[in-house]
Amino acid sequence: MNDAGMGMITVNGEARPLDGPMTVAGLLAAIGLDGRKVAVERNEAIVPRSAYEATRLEPGDSLEIVHFIGGG
Amino acid sequence: MDQVVSADMDDTWTVAGRSFRSRLVVGTGRYKDLEETAAAIEASGAEMVTVAVRRVNLSDPKAPMLQDFVDPKKYTYLPNTAGCHTANEAVRTLRLAREAGGWNLVKLEVLGPPPHLYPDMPGTFEAAEALIKDGFEVMVYCADDPLAAHRLEQMGCVAIMPLGAPIGSGLGIQNPAMLSLIIEQAKVPVLVDAGVGTASDAAIGMELGCDAVLLNSAIAHAREPVLMARAMKAAVEAGRFAYRAGRMPRRMGADPSSPLGGLIR
Repeated sequence: MNDAGMGMITVNGEARPLDGPMTVAGLLAAIGLDGRKVAVERNEAIVPRSAYEATRLEPGDSLEIVHFIGGG
Repeated sequence: MDQVVSADMDDTWTVAGRSFRSRLVVGTGRYKDLEETAAAIEASGAEMVTVAVRRVNLSDPKAPMLQDFVDPKKYTYLPNTAGCHTANEAVRTLRLAREAGGWNLVKLEVLGPPPHLYPDMPGTFEAAEALIKDGFEVMVYCADDPLAAHRLEQMGCVAIMPLGAPIGSGLGIQNPAMLSLIIEQAKVPVLVDAGVGTASDAAIGMELGCDAVLLNSAIAHAREPVLMARAMKAAVEAGRFAYRAGRMPRRMGADPSSPLGGLIR
């Protein structure tokens, strides 16, 4: 356990409380997203899908969660 | 007849080791809804579609997603960098796309400001270099400049995609001579990307010798997108046949089609 019990993270530009230990997989589940259809960047580095379970969020983290949309 | 049919089946084009029969690449943007997107793409016969990468809407995580309507197992997704104005943004966006999709083939576009959204070539060179270094296979949207096109090819871009007219303008192919120069020198596929407004424009692109045509608005903004998608499919096929057949020479005078001998007197 570390002291990640309190603090804020930023997800897609929105501030969000980090209420306790949480992984990327836990965050996606909390938001209600299917991890197979999105990609995640944490502090400007890709989080591989295989690492969602193992990647713990830290206070101050900035995350981008993206998906494919229509485009030309 | 059999020989003609088999020649048609063999008439594929290849980019970065992937072969395609359809020479029409379509965008998935600007449709009324995802149902219309899916129907138009199906009607176009396209095998490769361009897609954008954007933040998910956190307040509506269950909103339908593009891949629920346009199956990435059936269509090759070509993620783009639309909206990126720096090399760093382009690289970050496409790294995310690579993780979301699991492939390296991408469409690079670095655009200048409105109202022209003309390709920003210094920015394009910088982003292409960074992407190629990072292992991407880059199909690149570019100006109709033969020197720029050659430089992009030398850098390792896998397809050169000059504009025929500004993005979304529907003005048709304004630069057939410049496109011909680029096609003539290129050893990688050349696609005309942007400018097509209607079916005849797509046919002209193919008659010039492009390997494929990339368009979006011409279908999405037609009054009946699904019908226009069919028109584009037919036009690209017709243009390709005409290119392969080789057009007749132009001449200034008339040349009668019926024999002059044997006329009644």
